Amino acid sequence: MLQIVFDGLSLGSLYALGALGIALIFGVMRLVNFAHGDVIAFCIFALLWPSTDAMAVVFAGQLPWYLLVPLVLVVGAGLSVLCEILVFRRFRRASPATMMIASFALGFVIRYFLLMLFTSRPKSISLLPMLSQPVEIFGARLPLLQLITIVATVVILIGLSLFLRRTRFGLEMRAAAENFSMARMLGVRANRVIMGAFALSGALAGAIALIFGSQTGTADIQMGASIMLMAFIATVIGGLGSLAGAVLAGFLLGGASVVMQVVLPVDARPFRDAFVYGAVILILLFRPQGLIAARGTKERV
Amino acid sequence: MTTATVSPLPADLLSSRKPAPFSLARRTIMTPVLLSLLILAIAGLTVLSGSKPFNQAVIDVFVRVTLVVGLYIFIGNSGVLSFGHIGFTCMGAYAAAWLTINPIMKKSALPGLPQWLLETRLPYWQSAFLAALFAGVAALVFGRVLMRLSGIAASIATFAMLAMINTIYSNWEDVTGATSSVVGIPIVRTIWPYVGAAIISIFIAWGHAISRAGLALRAARDEPTAAAASGVDIPRARLVAFTISGAVMGLGGALMAHSIGVVTPDTFYLGLTFITLSMLVVGGMGSLSGAVIGVVLLSALIQALRWLEAGVAIGSTTFGLPKGLQEIALGVIMIVILALRPAGLIGNREITSFRRSSRKQSSQQ
Repeated sequence: MLQIVFDGLSLGSLYALGALGIALIFGVMRLVNFAHGDVIAFCIFALLWPSTDAMAVVFAGQLPWYLLVPLVLVVGAGLSVLCEILVFRRFRRASPATMMIASFALGFVIRYFLLMLFTSRPKSISLLPMLSQPVEIFGARLPLLQLITIVATVVILIGLSLFLRRTRFGLEMRAAAENFSMARMLGVRANRVIMGAFALSGALAGAIALIFGSQTGTADIQMGASIMLMAFIATVIGGLGSLAGAVLAGFLLGGASVVMQVVLPVDARPFRDAFVYGAVILILLFRPQGLIAARGTKERV
Repeated sequence: MTTATVSPLPADLLSSRKPAPFSLARRTIMTPVLLSLLILAIAGLTVLSGSKPFNQAVIDVFVRVTLVVGLYIFIGNSGVLSFGHIGFTCMGAYAAAWLTINPIMKKSALPGLPQWLLETRLPYWQSAFLAALFAGVAALVFGRVLMRLSGIAASIATFAMLAMINTIYSNWEDVTGATSSVVGIPIVRTIWPYVGAAIISIFIAWGHAISRAGLALRAARDEPTAAAASGVDIPRARLVAFTISGAVMGLGGALMAHSIGVVTPDTFYLGLTFITLSMLVVGGMGSLSGAVIGVVLLSALIQALRWLEAGVAIGSTTFGLPKGLQEIALGVIMIVILALRPAGLIGNREITSFRRSSRKQSSQQ
């Protein structure tokens, strides 16, 4: 029983962090960033030496964890800001559909750049191996990693909410998310806020890459895609632009996946995801604006 | 010879007197006719060249024309971005597989099919028609639920629908063969069925666009509040477009199955979704001409890049030597096009003949 709770929480953590990365950017510039998943993949491959072997040559992965973790976060943030400067800055006035397709094209470029260097074969890596030992809590045996995932997510969430509520930059970002043109008129620097959002979102992608990479022990070019799909859905169920909603919906989806895995009869288990997506459609039907509707996203007539 | 002009619709709304019968059809017929001529010209060139790999490449282009026109029918007219349409393509392709594979092979590969389906074996054009019908009915069922939503919620719901269809098709072992590929679909190598399907879908799109439901839907896309206030039943108009486009996507799926002879669920998932959506957006989301021209241009670009990369004909979809450069170039070019022309290459205009367009412009002033 406790096992299920922790499974749900750790899967939900991944979805929540992914959803947060998307919601941050959507908040400031109404962009649904499909390249986010590829940023996640890039972060993990940044630790490897370019090669076509199945066993990855880890060059930065040997670093002690207190250097490794900041490195990955900085790589994610850097790449994300670079994407903003090179690509998304040109699309500030474009329609959401155009921006979405542009972000997809950008993700495509990143993915095939990785593919060119590393081939599409998944690579086994041992990232932070000391984390896979099991620990015993309240009679349930859990991998230490799962515990750390949950704790790290909680720490990130608390840190982020403090950052957004207590600092000037956070205030500017929240103002921009609520009404971008008004915020600009009141002296918020648009480029700075947007770049800040991209940097935060990229760092979150780095965090996901670390957690996911050490959970699965493989580095795969496609690894971002599966998380992204769920994170993307979580963002909308939570209410686009609402950060709290994104986190809540991320945990909800993670929980729902794990619970369905346990509750469904054996024959129906392979179809687990179909039930989860069905539930998503149901939620949208009853609350099309999301669980926690963000202010300022409703169109005025 | 040809030029792009503004859509004739606003002029239509301005005039107070009742228009002559079929006047809208007569004034807009040039668009599908010219697009069909474009398709026929490409097909003619291909047949003349007589090159086998080129033939296959052009067949791929026509299949994609069918798919992207199918997307346009819903997305272009309603303005709601749908990620789910490739799900109907998947259904159409599998329906075609169920109907055309040799019964002996079917019994061993897909034992879960109902008895009557196991024993049927139809020619490809009948199966394509039934596949389109099947996908259309599926779209009607899904649409009944999804079309109540609008905006980004609708987009995500269609995404969830795609993922749902994919999960079901890649796990239902004895009906769809799960993730392993379903082989033995008769391959059609002549180009004309694909030409026919592309032209039929273009005319379906045109017919829908000038129909009552299509006009209402475009009004709702541009001014939802005003349209609703004028008595447009938006969910209904959307449902009509969704069903028609679902059927066209199913037709495209059946053709795709017959052009490659193998279907797997992952052929019809995110990759195809995004490539077709990109073609639509790059060409111009709100225009039928944009849909067709987007496919032709992007396909030509992909082909050219492949040739540059491989130095030989097609077939570099799997592992090649400097793999990846072609896709990177494609992505970069797409970003550049979109940055320069955010509304797509064609924008919201349609291709019509030069003479008519000049008269129309004068009548507007």
